[in-house]
Amino acid sequence: MKDAIVVSNLHVSYYGKEVLHDIGFTITEGKSVGVIGPNGAGKSTLLKVLLNLIPKDKGEITILGSTLKEVRKRIAYVPQRSTIDWDFPITVKDTVLIGTYPTVGLLKRPGRKERELAMKCLEKVDMTEFQNRQIGELSGGQQQRVFLARALAQQADLFLLDEPFVGIDATSEEMIVKILKELRDEGKTIIVVHHDLNKAEKYFDELLLLNKELIAKGSVEEVFTPKMISKAYGGQLSFLDGVMDK
Amino acid sequence: MQYGFLQKALITSVMVGIISGVIGCFIILRGMALMGDAISHAVLPGVAISFMLGINFFIGAVITGILTAIGIGFINQNSRVKNDSAIGIMFTAAFAAGIILITFMKSSTDLYHILFGNVLAVRPSDMWMTLIVGIFVLLSVYIFYKELLVSSFDPIMAQAYGLPTKMIHYFLMILLTLVTVASLQTVGIILVVAMLITPASTAYLLTDRLSVMIVISATCGSISAVIGLYLSFTYNLASGATIVLVATALFFMAFIFSPKQGLLWRAIRTNKQKSAVS
Repeated sequence: MKDAIVVSNLHVSYYGKEVLHDIGFTITEGKSVGVIGPNGAGKSTLLKVLLNLIPKDKGEITILGSTLKEVRKRIAYVPQRSTIDWDFPITVKDTVLIGTYPTVGLLKRPGRKERELAMKCLEKVDMTEFQNRQIGELSGGQQQRVFLARALAQQADLFLLDEPFVGIDATSEEMIVKILKELRDEGKTIIVVHHDLNKAEKYFDELLLLNKELIAKGSVEEVFTPKMISKAYGGQLSFLDGVMDK
Repeated sequence: MQYGFLQKALITSVMVGIISGVIGCFIILRGMALMGDAISHAVLPGVAISFMLGINFFIGAVITGILTAIGIGFINQNSRVKNDSAIGIMFTAAFAAGIILITFMKSSTDLYHILFGNVLAVRPSDMWMTLIVGIFVLLSVYIFYKELLVSSFDPIMAQAYGLPTKMIHYFLMILLTLVTVASLQTVGIILVVAMLITPASTAYLLTDRLSVMIVISATCGSISAVIGLYLSFTYNLASGATIVLVATALFFMAFIFSPKQGLLWRAIRTNKQKSAVS
């Protein structure tokens, strides 16, 4: 098994305030990994640093056996839903088509091949009938499915998703989880920033527990223990007791 | 031709209507309306210096326009001063410097015409310059349409797959200064922002597709130019101001009557729904 991501000695700060401290981990290809931790733990930051959207202070990052620059086009990133302008004049179909832009290349337009690919991805998330809708007219779950379709159209090897399950309906959540599992079975690597501890153990192969520092990383059984969780969340979550007893 | 000056004015204004309509779409979708206002004011010192040195005023305008854009970005990123404040500080400074520079030059081109435009005094060389700028701007948007679309819609994804989003931003700023300078004689510095924002906003209310929005916006811009010019010539009104008011009238028509977004249909739909449930 090759390594999809190797991070060592990673330090990140915003204006002198430390956000991530001495993070190191390895994720092997073909795994789905949930990044969990309390608010402000630096989960989204970690994804963004992997993509060099935020500069790091120090540390080594190897992605798909190479530097980010070499493999950018093999990575699909699904941002948090709240960062998107849902009033933008764009249809569902064209949103998914954007997923083909990285491979189409500069100065060229997506052609028939790309359109067919986009439609196939749209079908996969069961949104074909909405293809001509403006994206703001969809429900939260449908919007998230469209953005997953866009990521699928990127035909990437590594998928990074930032809080994909926030504010969406159960059907959409189930569908997204199913598709992510299929991708993993095809050998793709999936990394998901996730806030809901309830389902973390069902959704992922491995967990990365974060609170500025790396608290634990490993299989769900190893990480999802009361001891580890309370170490990450401190005294913040008394409702956890119920979850952990199950 | 007897009305040669009018013909030149017409061609120039229509071109200005089209290119400001096209660039305006990206300006409003990126939430940069205030930035458009800022850059249009910031070209003033550049224009003044160009006149003094006797060089083409596009050169000076692009330089001061871009310097101001960089200054705004720098203040914004390196202090807690908010973006709109940074814009306000930098563009008023540039504009003030421009006013002082212009009082130094004792040429026939007076401040008034730069600020408010004088479309009937367009010279053939101005007209050709506007056409060249227009073609450059339209070609740029055509060629980089895909990149402009994705960096406006989802800049994080654009950056993630390796697009130089900062460079695209400054490239757009260059196009913006070119459009501003091209518009100087038609509507003047003060009102350029209206030609950028108003037709684009009209189009924004009428469609859900960017490509269609660009076409509608350009059409609104040129229609405003033609009707405005006609009214200003017939009733002897200030040309720039008249063009802008026609554009505003078009906006309010869309605001009220737009099939999807308009006040009227919204009210009708709301009432229908209310009476359906009651």
